Parts: sequence; structure tokens; C-alpha cells
Amino acid sequence: MDEKVTREIFPRDSRKSYGLVELMKKTAPIVKKEPEDTVYVWPNLLMIEIICAILVTVGLMVLIQFEHAPLRSLADPSTTPNPMRAPWYFLGLQELLVYFDPWYAGVVLPGMIIAGLMLFPYLDVNPKGVGYYTYSERKFAVFNYSFGFAIWWITIVIGTYLRGLDWQWYWPWSNHLEHMNPALVTLIPLHLIFVNWFHVSEGVGKLFGDIIFIGYFALGTIIPMIIWKPMYKAMGLWRYLTFSFFFLSMMGVALKIVLRLLFNIKYVLVTPWINI
Amino acid sequence: MLQKIKNEIVESQIFKSVFRHGYPDNDLDRAYAIFSSVFLHIHPVKVRRSALRMRYTFCLGGITLFLFIILSVTGIWLMFYYTPYTGLAYRNIKDLQFVIFGGNLMRDLHRFAAHGMVLFVWLHMTRVFLTGAYKAPREFNWIVGVVLLVNTLVLSWTGYLLPWDQLAYWAVTVGAKMASYTPLIGQNGPWGPQLGFLPTNDIMFMLLGGTVVGQNALIRFYVLHCVVLPLVVTVFLAVHFWRIRKDGFSGPL
Ligand code: HEM
Repeated sequence: MDEKVTREIFPRDSRKSYGLVELMKKTAPIVKKEPEDTVYVWPNLLMIEIICAILVTVGLMVLIQFEHAPLRSLADPSTTPNPMRAPWYFLGLQELLVYFDPWYAGVVLPGMIIAGLMLFPYLDVNPKGVGYYTYSERKFAVFNYSFGFAIWWITIVIGTYLRGLDWQWYWPWSNHLEHMNPALVTLIPLHLIFVNWFHVSEGVGKLFGDIIFIGYFALGTIIPMIIWKPMYKAMGLWRYLTFSFFFLSMMGVALKIVLRLLFNIKYVLVTPWINI
Repeated sequence: MLQKIKNEIVESQIFKSVFRHGYPDNDLDRAYAIFSSVFLHIHPVKVRRSALRMRYTFCLGGITLFLFIILSVTGIWLMFYYTPYTGLAYRNIKDLQFVIFGGNLMRDLHRFAAHGMVLFVWLHMTRVFLTGAYKAPREFNWIVGVVLLVNTLVLSWTGYLLPWDQLAYWAVTVGAKMASYTPLIGQNGPWGPQLGFLPTNDIMFMLLGGTVVGQNALIRFYVLHCVVLPLVVTVFLAVHFWRIRKDGFSGPL
């Protein structure tokens, strides 16, 4: 498509304060695209926009016949509702509080999600698949986006339907009025498991945890570098390291959810300042 | 006859002072209609026929914009009846529910359009992602988009406090508590206390204007929700649309 652009007569040059717009035959000022087969925005596109707007309005009008904006009793600092649910779009983050300490689930992780989203265009070096839907030409990128938002939506569903009093796990058929016995689930930091298994001191157990944590990031970064050399070459060192950090962190969230739900592991990394 | 009335109107001095073109029934006036209007000129004059295909954008960005417009209109309407004072806010909402004509309609519309905007901004982002529209040269517009996404979420959250009911109060209390866990600058965050951050000077205090959600928090959220954030969204939307025109639209346009 690009080759067909009319020849640029006066190239852009910082010593000149003017540029010259290219000249084309036909009647459509679309840059770097052929002018064929175009239609006027008025009325063609405007009509579509108006139809969309009408459909949305009708949809909203129908919806509010069945459902109304909620209003509970007056705010009362002395009675906390139980369970206390955030609005649905933040329920995923609230649910993550089960798996991570608040500084991580509530602050660092949201920050990393935003940063990761913003960096995505700079980390994805695959030039293919612009302007049409394709999975086969960019499997890995689609996988990353889908995986991240799968966690986002699954935790929202868990928070909405599977959490009850005291934010405990309630099946739809459980009695939602009865408190669960918190003693049913005892959470243990990973290092205590090592202490039990290998009869080592607590310090050594913690060291195992640290090694697993650091090893996860180190090996997770180095192994793909060797196995998928072309990918690493295409990305370059810094882009690859940034990507690897975000990718492993995202996978880490999923791993931690599994560790916590299946094995009741509370922390992997235990330090005097932070625990993860 | 109708033709004559139309001509009278279109040729009148008043009409010509407002619209510098005739009725868009010919190509020249169709072009003028778009680029001489401040509202319509975010469009190109012509688009490819294939760009009209709904199955590319599904109109998701447009729907998000339309929901934002609905929110602005209903929101301003609600502002006429709302006082950001803890002693009155809840009663104002009750009045909207039971006394004021159209109160329920406007409040419901505002609430569900807000939910809808969060949903559609996500759907729009997913469409942009799946069509690779974030790749060069549109990387920056994707960043602008993420700013819009975050702003949409924060707008919803700040609005959540305003009815001053149990739902509002506790959602914001829990959310604000998160801020106190911010590393380095939160009273409960790692290294926060060591650096001298207390309940009376940390980031949560700054957000709420106090140690608990009270009158100061309400006025802060009110100003953020009704003035600051909508303005920020509007400015970034202007950049967003400008960049779509400048970078070119990714689709089969
Ligand atoms: C307030 C929220 C937003 C509004 C009102 C909005 C509106 C729009 C509109 C009307 C378009 C034209 C095409 C279409 O309808 O799909 C568009 C395109 C685009 N949007 Fe958004 N948007 C918003 C948020 C976002 C977000 C969250 C992202 C991504 C993170 C994003 C990224 C883009 C990009 C990259 C394009 C260019 C697409 C292309 O060339 O195919 N926008 N936006």
C-alpha cells in the first residue's frame, strides 16, 4: 500500500519551516492510502453513529425499567457491612487481598497493571496483525492480554458469587447466613513447611523460600533467553528484561492464587520488611 | 412548496451566518458540513466504504464516548439537587428518589451509564488490542487510552461516595485504607512509618483530608468527581481523537 503514495517532492527538512502536502488526483485527502472507493461521512458514517446512540439510549431505558440504582441506609461509621463488597470493577483487586498483603494487592499490583498496559506497545515487537483480527499471527501477545484479563474477570466472579461473610469461600448452596469456622483453614508461610519437612531452622527455611522466589524470576528470565533466542534477539536486552519482569509477575499472581487455594500457603518470600 | 421553505431558510442571512454551506445534498456541501463544524470535524470528510463495516470497531469507542456524554448531561442535572454536605447528601438522594420529578430516571441513567462506560471502555480496549491498533505509529494513543481507562475507573469510584449511604461509605473507606499501605508514603506501608508517615500526614490523609471518611473527604470526592476528573477526561479525549486523525485509523479505512 505504501509504495503507491505519490512521490514526495520536497522531503521534510529541519532547515525549512514549511512542508508541502502531497498532490493526488481524485477527491479524498487520506494520507498514505489510495483514494478509491471512499464515501462521504455525511450521511453515511453519521447515520451509523446516530443509530448506535439510539440503540444505547434504548438499551439504557429498557434496563432501568428492571433495575434501579441502589441506595442503602445512611452512612454509619459504627456498623460495618459484612461482607463488604467493592464496586464490581474493583472486586478483582479486593479478591486479590486474600492472596497478597495490601501493599502489594492494593497498591503495587494495580500500579504494575497500569504500567504494563502502557508499556505493551513498546514490548510487542511483532509488526504483524495491524488492522484486522488475527490470532495465528500474534499468538503470544493475545495470550498475554487474555491471561491477564482472565485473572481480572475470574477474580471478579469469585468476589461476586463465591465470597460471603468475613470474605470466606461460600458455594452458592452454602448457608450464607452462618459464619464459617475460620479455624478450618490455617494459612502457613512456605518456610514453616520446609522447617517441618527437612528439620531445618527457621532461618534456613526462609532462605529456601527466598531462593525459590529469586530463582523463579532468574530462571524464568534466563531459560527463555536461551530456548527462544530469535525472540530475545528481536527484543533486545532491556525490552526483554522489562517484559520478563511483567510476564513473570503476572504468572506469579496466578501461581500464588493456586498455592493459596490448594495448599494454604500464605507467603513464599518472607523478609523483615515485606512478605509476598 | 417545501422546497421553497427550505430555500428560504438555507439562503437566509441567519442560517448563512451559522452554517457556511448549503444543505449537504451535494458533495461540496457534504465536505463543508464536516470540516466547518467544530463538532463534526473530528471526522474525516470521506472514509473508505469498508470502514463502515461494523464488525471492525463494533462502534465500541463511539459508544463509550456517547455514554460519557450521557453521564455529563445527567450528572449536571443531578448537581442541581445535590449538596456535598454529610448532613444533607443522603437526604438529597432520597428526594431524588421519591420527590423530584424525573429524579429516579436521571439517577438510574447516571448510574447505569457509568457501569456501561466501564464495561465499554474495556471492550473498546480489547478491540483495539485484538486488531493490533496499538502498534506503531499508535503506541502513544494507546497510552492516552490507558489514562482514559484509569480516569474512568477513578471517576466511578469517586462518584460512589456521593450518595453517602452504607455502600458508599464503606467502599470508599476500604479503598482509601489501601492508600495507607502504599510503600514509602503510607502509614501502614513497608518503610512508611520508618520514613515518618503517620495517620495525620500520609497519602491516605491527603486523599481524605482527614484520618477517616468525613466531610472533608466528601467535598474532595465531589470536586474531583464533578469538576477535575471530567475535565481531565475531556482533555485526554481531545488528544485521543486528534491522534486518531493524525496517526491514521488502523482499520480497513
Ligand atoms: C473514555 C474512554 C475512551 C473513548 C471515549 C474512546 C474513544 C475512541 C473512539 C471513538 C475511537 C475510534 C474508533 C473506535 O470507535 O473504535 C477510538 C480509537 C482508539 N482508541 Fe479509544 N477511547 C477510549 C479509551 C481507550 C482506551 C482505554 C484505549 C486503550 C488502552 C484506547 C485506545 C484507542 C486506540 C489505539 C485507537 C485507535 C484505533 C485504531 O486506529 O484502530 N482508547 N477511541
